[in-house]
Amino acid sequence: MKRSNISTSLFQPDIIKTALKASFVKLSPAVMFRNPVMFLVYMGMFVMLGVCIWIAMGETSQGSLAYNCLVLAILFFTVLFANFAEAIAEARGKAQADSLRKTREDTPAKKISGMEDGVLAIHQTVTSSSLKQGDIFVCEAGDIIPADGEIIKGLATIDESAITGESAPVIREAGGDKSSVTGGTKVLSDRIYVQVTTKPGESFLDKMIALVEGASRQKTPNEIALTILLAGFTLVFIIVCITLQPFALYAGANIPIAAYISLFVCLIPTTIGALLSAIGIAGMDRALRANVIAKSGKAVETAGDIDTLLLDKTGTITIGNRKATHFYPAPGMDLVKMTTAAVLGSQADDTPEGKSIIELAQGQDLTNFKNLSNLTDGARFVKFTAETRSSGVDLPSGIRIRKGAYDAIKAQVEKAGNPFPNEVTEVVKKISANGGTPLVVIENEQVMGTVELQDIIKTGISERFERLRKMGVKTVMVTGDNPLTAKFIAEKAGVDDYIAEAKPEDKMNYIKAEQHSGKLVAMMGDGTNDAPALAQADVGVAMNSGTAAAKEAGNMVDLDNDPTKLIEVVEIGKQLLMTRGTLTTFSIANDVAKYFAIVPALFITSIPALNALNIMHLHSPESAILSAIIFNAVIIPMLIPLALKGVKYRPIGASALLQRNLLVYGLGGVAVPFVGIKLIDLVVSLVF
Amino acid sequence: MTSELLGVLSIYALAIALAIPFGKYIARVYSGERTWLDPIFNPLERLFFKLSGIDPTLEMNWKHHLSALLGINLLWFFLAMFVLMNQGWLPWNPDGNPSMSPHLAFNTAVSFLVNCNLQHYSGESGMSYLGQIFCLMFLQFVTAGTGIAAAAAVFNAMRERSATHFGNFYNYFLKSCTRILLPVAFMGALVLAFSGTPMTFEGKDSMITMQGDTVQVSRGPVAAFVAIKQAGTNGGGYYGVNSAHPLENPDYLTNAVENILILLIPIAMVFALGFYLNRRKLSWMVFGVMTLGFLLLSLPSIYSEMQPAPIAQQLGIDGSAGNMEGKETRLGTAASALWGISTTATSNGSVNSMHDSHTPLSGAMQMLDMMINSLYGGVGVGFLNFYIFIILAVFISGLMVGRTPEFLGKKVEAREMKIALIIALLHPFIILVGTALSAFIFYKNPNIGWLNNPGSHGFSEMLYEFTSAAANNGSGFEGLGDNTPWWNIATGVVLLLGRYLPIIGPVAIAGILAHKKYIPESAGTLKTDTGTFGLMVFAVIFLVAALAFFPALSLGPLAEYFN
Repeated sequence: MKRSNISTSLFQPDIIKTALKASFVKLSPAVMFRNPVMFLVYMGMFVMLGVCIWIAMGETSQGSLAYNCLVLAILFFTVLFANFAEAIAEARGKAQADSLRKTREDTPAKKISGMEDGVLAIHQTVTSSSLKQGDIFVCEAGDIIPADGEIIKGLATIDESAITGESAPVIREAGGDKSSVTGGTKVLSDRIYVQVTTKPGESFLDKMIALVEGASRQKTPNEIALTILLAGFTLVFIIVCITLQPFALYAGANIPIAAYISLFVCLIPTTIGALLSAIGIAGMDRALRANVIAKSGKAVETAGDIDTLLLDKTGTITIGNRKATHFYPAPGMDLVKMTTAAVLGSQADDTPEGKSIIELAQGQDLTNFKNLSNLTDGARFVKFTAETRSSGVDLPSGIRIRKGAYDAIKAQVEKAGNPFPNEVTEVVKKISANGGTPLVVIENEQVMGTVELQDIIKTGISERFERLRKMGVKTVMVTGDNPLTAKFIAEKAGVDDYIAEAKPEDKMNYIKAEQHSGKLVAMMGDGTNDAPALAQADVGVAMNSGTAAAKEAGNMVDLDNDPTKLIEVVEIGKQLLMTRGTLTTFSIANDVAKYFAIVPALFITSIPALNALNIMHLHSPESAILSAIIFNAVIIPMLIPLALKGVKYRPIGASALLQRNLLVYGLGGVAVPFVGIKLIDLVVSLVF
Repeated sequence: MTSELLGVLSIYALAIALAIPFGKYIARVYSGERTWLDPIFNPLERLFFKLSGIDPTLEMNWKHHLSALLGINLLWFFLAMFVLMNQGWLPWNPDGNPSMSPHLAFNTAVSFLVNCNLQHYSGESGMSYLGQIFCLMFLQFVTAGTGIAAAAAVFNAMRERSATHFGNFYNYFLKSCTRILLPVAFMGALVLAFSGTPMTFEGKDSMITMQGDTVQVSRGPVAAFVAIKQAGTNGGGYYGVNSAHPLENPDYLTNAVENILILLIPIAMVFALGFYLNRRKLSWMVFGVMTLGFLLLSLPSIYSEMQPAPIAQQLGIDGSAGNMEGKETRLGTAASALWGISTTATSNGSVNSMHDSHTPLSGAMQMLDMMINSLYGGVGVGFLNFYIFIILAVFISGLMVGRTPEFLGKKVEAREMKIALIIALLHPFIILVGTALSAFIFYKNPNIGWLNNPGSHGFSEMLYEFTSAAANNGSGFEGLGDNTPWWNIATGVVLLLGRYLPIIGPVAIAGILAHKKYIPESAGTLKTDTGTFGLMVFAVIFLVAALAFFPALSLGPLAEYFN
């Protein structure tokens, strides 16, 4: 479930207000300097300011004052629009982060200040902001957890809806993989002792906010390479514009400074230069909207390159846990009797599998449930252990019921000297082959029958895997099941590969092997034993409910604890790269039309024949130049929505996607400015 | 008309038809597979390596490759300088031609060293046979071999693996000369010699003209010289007027053979890439892009040359043969136009007509050809230039499909982009800055005497000269008075920059990429051997050329054209 605490509308009034203010603040040279392309426009603006003053003082060779002032104003707006693009991306990201941060503003914290009789007991109430890393606090029912931390003692149900939007409470307890709590969530029952794991201001959320605000936003490798490309194009146009002066002298043309500056500003890739940082911030913001906190922009970008995706079966591919679907009594055994044994054996079994056996029996009305409580009075329940691989109950009547894995039960039966019917073995094999898990039920070491447990594959999951396949991402299912079951589920769900009977080190080895062959691997995990694999993976998404170690090891944290989130993350990464690529293409393709607008305007007086190049039939040299730079300026705000939303990713294969984007943004980039400049010229020509 | 068109069509078609099997042969040579020339050249090559003490099996990294390449080039430079400055007293000078002055020797040595062959001398009166053969012809072989060897190293680096070392430069170089250039040049020389091109060491001959005068006709080892001039995209003629000279290019057949030789190895290198890497489709992509560009430039040129010149019509001259000014009647307009585009496309620079007298549209096409400099391109280096455009296209299109750009399984990152951009920028930089400085000098001193016809055409002449030098082409708009200190020095600098940096850049990129981890292809990988990607490369090439040179072209040939 997604939160909708921020309206999906791109331009909210308060965000616009903040962004407008920020776009003026960003006019400071120190800030402008960070964006080389726009900095050149900025410098051009000051040159034009000088020209305007020069004309005001009496210079006549540079055209009218009004025309030059107009050029100056348009350049100013070009710079402002660029600042606005970045500011609005930042403001949206910040608003999103703020709404998360609000949940953790100063709340009272019951800090443990000492020990009494070896027990953590004494507490004093302080504000959450004064908590330091390593401090311990206590939370009881009704308390808001003041800071991120790890439960060191106790168990509690917690309402995490403030973070995840999921209203069902979750259980968090000390030890194990679900020991982590997040500041701002609410304890609903019981009492937990929590150790603070982050320094103030260094929680994941704080890091994310800093990234969005740009303070610590480092350029990603692709962004750096793209900046180099843009710098290269800018350099070409510096050469073109500088060499144009001697060319003009040779041709006997007098080109005013405003025309040079305009040509230069039009040619350098201002569109992408203005939107580049906005695109990057918007990418992080989209991740945040998907309730994923990325620890760096690079992580989001890498996600788009992922070749292999490791997914845990449980919760991702299948719904939670296995369910009992069938009872198969052993030959000569009564169905009701066998079911009763199974139900009795599951009475104390808290696992979802155990409960599902009872549910199945109830649904089929095979057992007399009224008598059950009489039977189990004073019974001794045998818990499942890894050694016995079975669980059950010893009834006061002396009946011993066990249920468990086929080979474990078979060993018990044969140890007692009883035969294990071949028919049951057949049933067990059949169930395994169909992807089910067989549980054999015995009573006093006599085989009663088999319970079939089946995984329920999530609806729509195979379509998502198909989509991933089209993106070129290989999906790998990780499961503790035996290879036969794993294979069946893998085929049914449509994953490309599976790791059966997986131990934590298997995951690690698989990741290493994939990386060795040059692939980028993403995985999701929560437990401490996942931490090494999370760190090894190129994109490691830790669940927010996971241990602090897991969260530290991964480079993203998913607040929703939703294992299918990886798919969204991959798409966000791809969108980010695509938006940059397509807008770069668009920006550069625009230059063709701008040339046809400006070059004839520059030389029309000295070489009238070049009017043949004025294929748009622009009204006059002044109107042509003004139209070109106005188009150049207004295209920036017009593309802000695209920059913020991102170009839609379509899993249609790389070549088809390139074809499509080349058509839309390449050909479109050539055609659009011809139309745009002509239309603007129709208006401008009324004056110039 | 029809037969002229059929003529150019068959020249072009034959060049391609021969280039495909020859490309396969080149790939075999570099893969070290057996070829039918092994019995002849294996012992010879072993002797070379034994004498020089070079181990041809020693694998080199990209830095070793480049230092070997540059070192051996420097050696040739000194050798050439020595021969050119002393040929007057050295043996084998039956016509008694003088030694060159130091600055002319420098200009000649550099221009032949960089495979450009800009000639500020006339072969008939300025070179001895020793100079022609052991200096100029030698350089025509080895500099062509240098370019092919650099391309072979890049081919090797593009293979599917991760490695720092790829091949041995000396091995590639020697094989380029002996296995590729020598057989082609030999066959070409045979055809030329049998068609009437001189092949002798006996000095000038005298003949009696139809008016009854006795004239001295310069002879020499012309057939051999012309064959390698064309096959190695050198372009430096034996005679001053190059292949317009009736002894250098006697008839339509030799013209066809020479034109095929101009195109043969540049096109064959493209197919060699596909055979070598076992990626035929990649070859077809590269070939498709180059061919599309070549056709877009040659068709308008052929069409406009076949039209009667407007000025001729005004003067009442019969224009039915097309724009015949500066063209040879035995060759005709269509063949001259195709040659003009072939020679500029391949950085060859030999001419069979005066480019200065072509129509403005043809002039623009020839310049654009050299500004792109990779529509087939010079032997070896044409592909290297194209490689830079591929890298740029890979980067942009990789981003467009939402994936970190990769080319043949290697990620293209900031460092490679930096090198690729420097090389892509270099070409417009040296052309535009050179032309701008010249235009400025002319503006300050219009009586400097370079330009016979100022205005747009004069501008075209200056632009053409720098474009030709930067592209290592060597042809010129000959109306320009270019034998002055400014032009000699300026074009000399441009020649050196335009030759070595575009070799260093691609070899460095290929070396860096080769070292990277190989990423196997997946469904998300952008395939680079498709028509779509070809379209992308084509767009990048034309956008880069159009955007950088549009103002210059519009002031020169375009202004002339619209007038």
